[in-house]
Amino acid sequence: MCRKNHSRISRAACAVLLPAVLAMSVGLPSAANAEDPIATLRNWVINQEPTPPPTPKVSNTDLRRGRNYPEQPPVIPHSIRNYQIDLNSNRCMLCHSRKATELSQAPMVSVTHFMDRDGQVLASISPRRFFCTQCHVTQARVRPLTGNTFIDVDSLIAGIGKKKGN
Amino acid sequence: MLERMLDYWRVLSSPSKYFSLGFLTVGGFLAGIFFWGAFNTVLEAMNTETFCLGCHEMKDNVYAELKSTIHYTNRSGVRATCPDCHVPHEWTNKMARKMAASKEVWGKIFGTINTREKFLDKRLELAMHEWARFKANDSLECRNCHDFKYMDFTEQSSRAAQLHERFLTSKEKTCIDCHKGIAHKLPNMSKAAKMK
Repeated sequence: MCRKNHSRISRAACAVLLPAVLAMSVGLPSAANAEDPIATLRNWVINQEPTPPPTPKVSNTDLRRGRNYPEQPPVIPHSIRNYQIDLNSNRCMLCHSRKATELSQAPMVSVTHFMDRDGQVLASISPRRFFCTQCHVTQARVRPLTGNTFIDVDSLIAGIGKKKGN
Repeated sequence: MLERMLDYWRVLSSPSKYFSLGFLTVGGFLAGIFFWGAFNTVLEAMNTETFCLGCHEMKDNVYAELKSTIHYTNRSGVRATCPDCHVPHEWTNKMARKMAASKEVWGKIFGTINTREKFLDKRLELAMHEWARFKANDSLECRNCHDFKYMDFTEQSSRAAQLHERFLTSKEKTCIDCHKGIAHKLPNMSKAAKMK
């Protein structure tokens, strides 16, 4: 697991990780014990199936949302129920392809999606960008399972090291 | 034996010689009702989903795909069955479609799509037939339920309302132009575009 020619940081990581992994593998059988305080995302006993939370309604406002950082793939502001994205067809491209935008008035997929890995621009979207939902997702009003400490870059530069919102 | 056959033929060729006019009129009328009723009953029986799903080709391919779509399962429990979309409701067109469907009997007997692979190979052709039919009759089978007259654009998402306003109101496009693959999986669409 830990090779010798690694940098100082990865060696340090190994020093921390290896015992942790070992401890986990030893600790696993006892996880079946209901009283074990193992943190799970849904805060439920690990060997029992919790009642799943109700499926949230996908936001369908058609209003573009802002991006948290420039490289963020824009989120989908509409429902995509039953959209077929496979070898045969790509439902998203029915509106978002270069040719379709004139009729659909939808935003065209960015030019980066036409590039192969060598930066060569192709005639239509590159196979490596074909599966839209790998990066672009719908939104729903739900309570996040974990918190996060993301700080918007503008706030960061302004020196307000505070989280936006909550 | 031959003698008796000839007797029957004589009666059949000129029944008025042997039966009264009243009997023939009333009998003919009753027989007419019976045959018409029987014809329609059989026709209706063949126009049900149960009948369609009698073939595994339908059950394992197109029906299996339908099950996850909004036309099969939705909040209000109103659903479309196979004939709702694939058989015209109006009598003349229904007869025409039924006659055309006799080729499906041929297909069933000779196993044209009796495996998943054969079905997938043929699916583009089959889909194109249906698209052509919908295009030709202005998506009549969609409109049997989704009547434009009663469509409230304000209840639709703004994107849908805009597009309907622009293309449906002007009759520039019909339902099937944008809503292909709404109830079943699509075949290879780049091939479909080339075949147009």
